[in-house]
Amino acid sequence: VPFIANSDSDRKAMLARVGVGSLDELFADIPAAHRFPKLDLPEPLSEMEVVREVESMAALNLRASSSAWFLGAGCYWRFTPAVVGAIASRGEFLTAYTPYQPEVSQGTLQAIFEYQSMAARLMGMEVVNASHYDGATALAEAVLLSGNHTGRREVVLPAALHPEYRQVIESYCAAFGYSFVEFDGDPKTAKPGDSTACVVVQLPDFEGRIWDLTGLADAAHAAGALLVVHVDPVYAALFKCPGELGADLATAEGQSLGNAMNFGGPFLGMMGATNKLVRKMPGRIVGEAKDAEGRRGFVLTLSAREQHIRREKAVSNICSNQGLSMLQACVHMAAMGKAGLRAVAELSWHKAHYAASLVAKAPGFSLMPGEFFCEFVVRTPRPAAEIVERLESRGVVPGLALSRYYPERTHELLVCVTEMCTKAQIELLASSLEEAVR
Amino acid sequence: MNLHPEKLIYELSSPGRQAVALPRLDVPETAIPKALLRADNGLPELDELTVVRHFTRLSQKNFSIDTHFYPLGSCTMKYNPKVNEKLASLPGFTDAHPLVSDAHAQGSLELIARLQEYLAELGGFSGVSLQPAAGAHGELAGVFMIRAYHLSRGDAKRDKMLIPDSAHGTNPATCTMAGMRTVTIPSAEDGGVDMAALKAELDETVAGIMLTNPNTLGIFERNIEEIAKLVHAAGGLVYGDGANMNALAGVLKPASVGIDVMHYNLHKTFSTPHGGGGPGAGFVGATPALADFLPGPVAREREGRYELFMPARSIGRLKSFYGNFGVLVRAYAYVRMLGASGMRRVAENAVLNANYLRVLVEGSYKLKYTRRCMHEFVAMGDVAEGIHTLDVAKRLIDLGFHPPTIYFPLIVPEAIMIEPTETEDKEALDEFAAALIRIAEEAKTNPDLLKKAPTTTPVGRLDEVAAARCPVLCYRG
Repeated sequence: VPFIANSDSDRKAMLARVGVGSLDELFADIPAAHRFPKLDLPEPLSEMEVVREVESMAALNLRASSSAWFLGAGCYWRFTPAVVGAIASRGEFLTAYTPYQPEVSQGTLQAIFEYQSMAARLMGMEVVNASHYDGATALAEAVLLSGNHTGRREVVLPAALHPEYRQVIESYCAAFGYSFVEFDGDPKTAKPGDSTACVVVQLPDFEGRIWDLTGLADAAHAAGALLVVHVDPVYAALFKCPGELGADLATAEGQSLGNAMNFGGPFLGMMGATNKLVRKMPGRIVGEAKDAEGRRGFVLTLSAREQHIRREKAVSNICSNQGLSMLQACVHMAAMGKAGLRAVAELSWHKAHYAASLVAKAPGFSLMPGEFFCEFVVRTPRPAAEIVERLESRGVVPGLALSRYYPERTHELLVCVTEMCTKAQIELLASSLEEAVR
Repeated sequence: MNLHPEKLIYELSSPGRQAVALPRLDVPETAIPKALLRADNGLPELDELTVVRHFTRLSQKNFSIDTHFYPLGSCTMKYNPKVNEKLASLPGFTDAHPLVSDAHAQGSLELIARLQEYLAELGGFSGVSLQPAAGAHGELAGVFMIRAYHLSRGDAKRDKMLIPDSAHGTNPATCTMAGMRTVTIPSAEDGGVDMAALKAELDETVAGIMLTNPNTLGIFERNIEEIAKLVHAAGGLVYGDGANMNALAGVLKPASVGIDVMHYNLHKTFSTPHGGGGPGAGFVGATPALADFLPGPVAREREGRYELFMPARSIGRLKSFYGNFGVLVRAYAYVRMLGASGMRRVAENAVLNANYLRVLVEGSYKLKYTRRCMHEFVAMGDVAEGIHTLDVAKRLIDLGFHPPTIYFPLIVPEAIMIEPTETEDKEALDEFAAALIRIAEEAKTNPDLLKKAPTTTPVGRLDEVAAARCPVLCYRG
């Protein structure tokens, strides 16, 4: 059996030392009638065979790297420099666990501290935790935090919030009688009242639109509510970030910072807060500390918020963090740096706007109005799902047919353009769309 | 271990440096509205070699499974096969988008569907979801399902969850997130659930019980069938916390002894790497009565094609998309390499290794429960006057071992919770036991060695109290 070190003679010696005659005897406490059941699993494979089998499965998937790729909608095809994988695949990071013993975990702890530092600046927040499962759960936890902080149970959400995020928020809030009020389009039309726990803004929203949020924080605070801004971290590298917009809580999907699409996970939930809220914030947090000789080190801190100390009074049940995904984001932010991540945002903006201008000229296609960053909605002359199906198998993935989430929105396509799309691919998109409806 | 102080990334930053060059803009520019722009995104500026050296040096300040014996109790720090990493990084998976049509994701969907099937078989469950991103997330799914089940029957008064004091710490916090009250059930003399205390709580408000089995004492709950019968008779359900499934896979199907819904941690039993804290992956399995409530979407095969669907009365989504797919690839490869016989060998060797280690150290360390253990056992670190578990743990570091889990479970004073796993060989166990025995001696003869430990690490013991009192959580340069 692979990965089991001991030989039969080792086992024999060990059993003798334990004082039992056989391995089976070690399981005497297990109800005899159910002990050692027959298992219907396929025969074991060698390493060579499992590689063959899994490679053949992977080959069945459509790959962004071999297509002209314009599908985003919460999961982004973006550039990751080689250093990210080289560092994250080091066994010292990959096969360590939660840094409960700080003296032998300073690598992980300092990396978390650096992630917190860079992410805090990127989002403009005073403090950032060591991460959540993904953007959707980070946002759901921010909503729960807002409810617990304000004692209120109404949440104001954008109608154009990512539909899956909306569903996750509803799942997380199921036991506490929350009600949800929507605003359409411009967040400044949100009307927080005296039962509002928080106003949530997604920036850019699910349809790619961006908004000037000046004054929104004041309006939320005047009503006694918190402002929660869920931001695309690449957007925040160029445009006003949640902190500058007055957010009390910021969340983000950090997948596009050095994490592959991976068919939807693992992703990286980012959460930042003002200092005022830090002791109510869920998740692991690392802080600076000193040893007896005055040397700087890092420790898990403020753990009185967490489940292993507070049990049923903890602010959340979250126990792990997305350690490796967070490390990848950390190395990515360090490697891309100030200018690199800004350049990614600029390339995405210009390429997306170029793509939009070409698509708008295609007969029968038109753009939805409004300012956007790198995703935009196109009205299509034929059902968008048909166009997608037609083009997908020709190596052009033109975007998301919105009917996937909104059955009635049959003629709308959400197109995403990142720095990965070349001019030739953008032109191919426009010509392919034209052809697909001809 | 790298003992040299390593600067922070911001301390290495210098204006004008850049590691990564991006392609030139190849399309016409479009003006960006100035009012929306920010002045400075605050990220550091470094060249590529500096980034690589910095993070490589940081990595050398870690103990890890690849470098050290890492016997954290209840964490199952087994070897993480390298082939898993190779497979998880296949471009067919890493470059796969979750929102392509099912027809273009057949590889991913097949892998999910097959893994669902294998893991269901190991537990004896009929419905499975791989959506949870971690063990605690799987617990959340399970407790939401129990809540939804009772509500679906018009039974709104069941808001009390029973939790033995030997359960994992996440269990009570999970119940709070599902709006439930928790009642702690004490342990009996033998380390199992106190049956009288359990019976006293079984009324019409009981939603269920959350049972970690083997529990955090490393002891198998022998009354499991009786407990399930009593809880079911009272109208409650039985949740199985499968964090310790490494002792049971191939040995017992939890559903066969009355578990209704259960999670496993794929980063424990199924060998996926812990990554310094995650990402993990959760599996949640359920018996027929609860399967319709599973979180979704989940995968299934229909007429030779794989597809996603939402269970009929699903508690909904618990994260975006379909789970931590990259972690599922690793778990899939592991189960395929082991098969049925391999899974049983894993449990057997994990339990043998734990018992062997227990016997080696029991002359030097007190054990609150001397029964034969499963995959882990709990010793006590107060081996001499004035010596605490923390001192023993820190001295272990100087002798080249990652300490076990300490001060948990809470019900054992000065707890040292040791889980060697099946992937360690006899020599590693012998060396670790010898170190523990040596430390117990040193505690009497030269306690300073323990009190001043560790001395072989980049930093000594850190002042955690001061760190929490005036928190510094970001670089402040």
